[in-house]
Amino acid sequence: MELQPVDNLPEGFTRGLNSDETSEEYFLNMGPQHPSTHGVLRLVLKLDGENVLEVVPHLGYVHRGIEKLAESQTYLQNIHLTDRLDYLSSHFNNLGYCLAMEQALDIGVPERGEYIRVMVCELQRIQSHLLWWGVTGMDLGAISTFLYGFKEREMITDIFEEICGARLTMNFFRPGGSFADVPDTFIPRVKKVIERMHVALDEYNTLLTDNIIFRERTRAIGILSREKALSYGCSGGVLRASGVSYDVRRNDPYSIYDRFDFGIPVGSVGGCFDRYRMKMEEMPQSLRILEQAVKDFPEGPYRSKEQSAYRLPQGSYYSQVETARGLLGTYIVAEGGAKPYRVKFRSPSFSNLSTLCEMAVGHKIADLVTILATLDFVVPDIDR
Amino acid sequence: MKTRQVGDKESLFHFWGRYLQKVATGLVSLLSGMGVTIRYFVSPDKIITQQYPENRENLQMMARFRGHLAMIHDENNQHRCTGCGICEKACPNGTISVLTAKDLAGRKVLGRYIYRLSQCTLCNLCIESCPFGAISMGRDFELATYDRQQLTFILNKTQGGK
Ligand code: SF4
Ligand code: SF4
Repeated sequence: MELQPVDNLPEGFTRGLNSDETSEEYFLNMGPQHPSTHGVLRLVLKLDGENVLEVVPHLGYVHRGIEKLAESQTYLQNIHLTDRLDYLSSHFNNLGYCLAMEQALDIGVPERGEYIRVMVCELQRIQSHLLWWGVTGMDLGAISTFLYGFKEREMITDIFEEICGARLTMNFFRPGGSFADVPDTFIPRVKKVIERMHVALDEYNTLLTDNIIFRERTRAIGILSREKALSYGCSGGVLRASGVSYDVRRNDPYSIYDRFDFGIPVGSVGGCFDRYRMKMEEMPQSLRILEQAVKDFPEGPYRSKEQSAYRLPQGSYYSQVETARGLLGTYIVAEGGAKPYRVKFRSPSFSNLSTLCEMAVGHKIADLVTILATLDFVVPDIDR
Repeated sequence: MKTRQVGDKESLFHFWGRYLQKVATGLVSLLSGMGVTIRYFVSPDKIITQQYPENRENLQMMARFRGHLAMIHDENNQHRCTGCGICEKACPNGTISVLTAKDLAGRKVLGRYIYRLSQCTLCNLCIESCPFGAISMGRDFELATYDRQQLTFILNKTQGGK
């Protein structure tokens, strides 16, 4: 087998093309404007006919320098920057940042504030999974799932619009609680969502989970072993699908998650269908948390004492939350002023994406799309 | 290329049995999915689609909806802004410029309150920071224009304030 000289290869590849007469190897650019890369991710593929030999993701198309920008803004202003990390998990991002600040300033959160946080976060988890479910179906050629997913998602988005005025970039949580109390209609609306979701989940299973085409396209595709998942630092559904039961809400409880009774779904094989199943089973668990929270939703203050400016004492502070995609770490280094010295986000999508080549090699391009869909990453979260 | 290991050859009868069974279960799964679609198709009361922009007239926005920034004016066209500039400092994007002026008595009052929608991330921080409750978020969401110049507004209708 003759290999091409290594110097004019696309970036990231180590081995050249097989220049054999009969070989059909070539490089192909997928993205950055490709519908199934969910944003502006560029993948360079080395293919043999239709078979994937190597995948190199190229990042940076939506790099906005959020970590650098955070250094020139006050702590309060930073919270609204975190909306723009993983835009489908903006409440989680806000929460992560607020938890780190609360840890630094020793601020407590009133009971009602904690309940609001947990409920809003679980609603967002469902909301994010619904969007993912819709686009996963669409990536595999089932356009109608997109519309079905958005139907219920709209109910949750309406709740968010009512409590904070935004549908995507929430900027809702503040150190010590949230910027506003929830209106009276909040609990009835949540109850309606819970009721509707139980019916809807059955429909989703009939529509997609039990669909033979979907089953055949996800079965035994993109297997990620337990060891690989751990060594790449995966988290969230990707890690749990490979058989590791790790969820920050359970293993390192923040807020008041230790009070709720909920299960952590764990997969066995680590293939595409397992990853799909993880998300689908997480939704009923989130509903369980919501049901318990609705039952004991307390009255009282929603936020501890408000401050117009926050100055973090010198030191470094770390918090982690479980977003809809996995572990989001927020690390703040403070020098005592009104602005942070350095902020670092550990985003789940980045680690999850790095397993792509590991999973895709040996499959067809169409399977690569399946793998991308079940990895469920958000590109702005990778680039930041 | 990897080749599949072929075990003992399956009898034709078994092969066809498996094949037909797969076709049957596949068909059932597709039809039950189709059933959901048809159920929605024949029950128009479940339609949630809104006909925008036809329904513009009776579109209800949420009370806390964050549209563009607006200054609250009472019936005499008076606003509550003192020109203190706290909101300008609270804004992460330099969206607001508070230009002050002197009134006849020589006191500092608001001259012009300049708001650049093109730089605003609709984050609500200015409103939270204002100690006088002088500004709020509007309900409008159709804010696109053809010209960037049209995205800069002067929010106060009168000079000065209370
Ligand atoms: S909403 Fe945010 S970005 Fe817009 S003017 Fe107010 S503080 Fe500035
Ligand atoms: S809007 Fe409020 S914060 Fe801004 S200058 Fe006027 S009074 Fe001060």
